[in-house]
Amino acid sequence: MRFWIACLAVVLAATGLVMSGVNEYLFFAGFVVLQAVVLATAWNILGGYAGYVNFGVPAFVGAGAYSALVVHMSLEAPLIVQILAAALISGTLGFLVGVISVRLRGIFFSIATVALVFILETVVINWRYVGGATGLQLTRPGEGWPFDSYTRMLFWVMVIMAVAAIAIARYIQDSHIGRGLRALRDSEEAAECTGVPTLRLKLIACAVSGALLGAAGAPMPMYLSYIEPYSSFNLVYAVSALAMPIIGGMSHWVGPLIGALLLASIQQLVTVTISSELNVLVVGVLLVFFVIAAPDGIVGLYRKWKASSK
Amino acid sequence: MAFSFDLLLEAIIFGLLLGCFYAAVSIGLSIAFGLLDVPHVAHPAVLILGSYGVYLLGQYGVDPILAGLMLTPFFFLFGAALYRMYYETFEKRGNSAAVSGLAFFFGIAFIIEVLLVVAFGVDQRSAEAAYIGGSLKIDDLRIPYRLLVAFGVALFLTITLTVYLSKTFTGRAIKAVGQDEAALRLMGADPVRIKQFAFGLATAVNALAGAMLIIVAPVEPTMDRIYIGRTFCVVVLAGLGSMSGTLAAALILGVTESIVLMFFGASWAPAVAFGLLLVVLAVRPKGLFGR
Repeated sequence: MRFWIACLAVVLAATGLVMSGVNEYLFFAGFVVLQAVVLATAWNILGGYAGYVNFGVPAFVGAGAYSALVVHMSLEAPLIVQILAAALISGTLGFLVGVISVRLRGIFFSIATVALVFILETVVINWRYVGGATGLQLTRPGEGWPFDSYTRMLFWVMVIMAVAAIAIARYIQDSHIGRGLRALRDSEEAAECTGVPTLRLKLIACAVSGALLGAAGAPMPMYLSYIEPYSSFNLVYAVSALAMPIIGGMSHWVGPLIGALLLASIQQLVTVTISSELNVLVVGVLLVFFVIAAPDGIVGLYRKWKASSK
Repeated sequence: MAFSFDLLLEAIIFGLLLGCFYAAVSIGLSIAFGLLDVPHVAHPAVLILGSYGVYLLGQYGVDPILAGLMLTPFFFLFGAALYRMYYETFEKRGNSAAVSGLAFFFGIAFIIEVLLVVAFGVDQRSAEAAYIGGSLKIDDLRIPYRLLVAFGVALFLTITLTVYLSKTFTGRAIKAVGQDEAALRLMGADPVRIKQFAFGLATAVNALAGAMLIIVAPVEPTMDRIYIGRTFCVVVLAGLGSMSGTLAAALILGVTESIVLMFFGASWAPAVAFGLLLVVLAVRPKGLFGR
């Protein structure tokens, strides 16, 4: 109950903020941070709970962005339809990745997901309709009803998506799906032997995680008014989506949230004050540092501190 | 482009040359990942680091191959240190560290990439030597000398390593550590030290491979991403830990890529390695010459 009240409070606060006269830039930067929250939360459903490391986040984000673009161009569909289409396509992609996971574990699974990124990127580069290698310039609607500007509306939509992603991750974590995934993370054979339907759970986790990653990518063309393959399928998405849950802590849904808010805010700050290359460096260094020094992330540190102060 | 046998022949010849080069850039990974089971996704990034080292030395007029050789001791130490770090923080902890181990190397790869961008910028860099630029003419066929040089060095490297691993004591110990660590311990050898040495060796070879890379084509910092596909494709297709298999698999990749390049165009080429990798993983994850 407390969780749902908090969710409602966040949505109401965000709505109030969007209605107010705050500087437009806040929403522009806030969108990126919220997108990071969705990406990290979605990645963690598969990576954190089940222990399958997905390096292919850009494949899902890019597939989402381009699905949104295609329904926008062919049907002039509104944003909500674009997001649903992206979730559907990326969810299907996730399901297929889940099928791959029957035979591939550990690094083999991870490498297969990287392969997906480059294969999709190459397909898009050779696809004239969506602009090929040069990309497309888009004109976005001037205003986003009921808000003053389109950027404000995108920000608001991203708030809803972030809350939804966290609610889904929380549900999965506490339900039989989460328990099953944790069991198969520790030992897939043992889980299978004790009657955990490992394949079904993995397929669910992959599809849900993929759909959320794709949905997070869907507003990208409209956000930038521009789309091209190299930045849409950039592996930087992969390293961020991996770093944020690891820094926050992978065992609890709050971990990716903390990691994403922290890291994405630092990144925004570094991009504005220093340079955009250095923000990738920050992610890499923090990732390696946490993996070595605090493998259970901030959530793990907090638990340790709580246990020792008792 | 229209199909013709002349073109096909040309594609195959270039593919074989390219394949040998791919063997050189993959052989370090074949040791690190194939034999030692270290999820070394940062291998291609270290490769590019080698290329930039060669570029830097090239600014002082050092020949690329000589520069590659000069870098090997430093890369050996770097590799040994990297493995030590990986061992102390992950391997010791056992299986539960699988996710973190992968994340560790992925993070290292990005750190190397960004440091290269910060130090050298995103522009392409190339090496200079007498054999870069010219080409050998046989009838209508023009084979660039740089490909021939890379071919020669790569072949030498692959054969030397194959012989080293099967004939010398340390080489056999490296192979043994991949097969049965506990048995090796019972024989009185320290598996960690052998792995550390082997990882250093794999990284040192990578410096030389980096020299080949910058000889064959100009490099840029984010190039490691495409080489994740090429190197892992070769190693997995070969079957983990098989040195002669590495050469065969690299030739298969080289020829396939070259044919696709010739008949479908350059924009499809990057997907070849990744596509082939996916097919191998789906159909025969053991690889062609797997144990």
